Amino acid sequence: MRQPNQDGAYEFAIPSDPLEARRVQEAIEQQLRSARFEDKEIFSIKLALEEALVNAIKHGNQMDRAKSVRIRYKIDQTRFDIHIADEGKGFDPEDVPNPMDPENLERPCGRGLLLMRHYMTEVVYHPPGNRLSMSKIRNGRP
Amino acid sequence: MSGQPKRKRLEVEDIGDVTVVNFTDKKILDEQNIQIIGEQLFSLVDELGRKKLLLNFSNVEYLSSAALGKFITLNKKVNTAGGKLVLCSIDPQIYEVFEITKLNKLFNIQKDEQAALQAF
Repeated sequence: MRQPNQDGAYEFAIPSDPLEARRVQEAIEQQLRSARFEDKEIFSIKLALEEALVNAIKHGNQMDRAKSVRIRYKIDQTRFDIHIADEGKGFDPEDVPNPMDPENLERPCGRGLLLMRHYMTEVVYHPPGNRLSMSKIRNGRP
Repeated sequence: MSGQPKRKRLEVEDIGDVTVVNFTDKKILDEQNIQIIGEQLFSLVDELGRKKLLLNFSNVEYLSSAALGKFITLNKKVNTAGGKLVLCSIDPQIYEVFEITKLNKLFNIQKDEQAALQAF
């Protein structure tokens, strides 16, 4: 069981392995439930987390287990914040074609970013695009 | 996938001339699982020549954009073969994912299996 630092944040690195990512997701889900996040909020965060970690492991680190994904996250009663960094060369989110354009609707890829942006309050890719910050702020919470 | 036995990810049943597919996984996540599900779905069209496919999502609680990609490819294959793909019994939270991505406009989505069978 990982322990939080003095700020209450968890910070660690995992190898580029989907099973490791799954364990992180399960631990975060458990902590969100303990912090009394609602089912819909948990669904949103899980979905965004899945997309972000798949992007980091598959597209960023090219599934190379020697490369790691650094994760820092914090959960409190009002919000969830996470920072994910991979060792890839990054990408420009502006270059990702809009999957909702009719000409792109039948493309099998490119929807992860759209879903992350929909389900999280804030999604920011930091140049060169291999570092991501996402936040979910709980509506109507103190 | 090197030599590992492939667990059956789909329950396939024929109702009349419609092939009804149920997913055995509650969560359609994981690169490897999605790959296997994709292969098993594509083989229904490419190898077994099924043309009327109904995907029943009643067991599915969760899926990712990678899974959506497989359904899009399946839809293309079925259309190319002159067939039809219908989806049904999608949980409201998952249906929202189809709405956000506008894939509810691409796919024929029905409320339940009975309505879906009538849509062919």
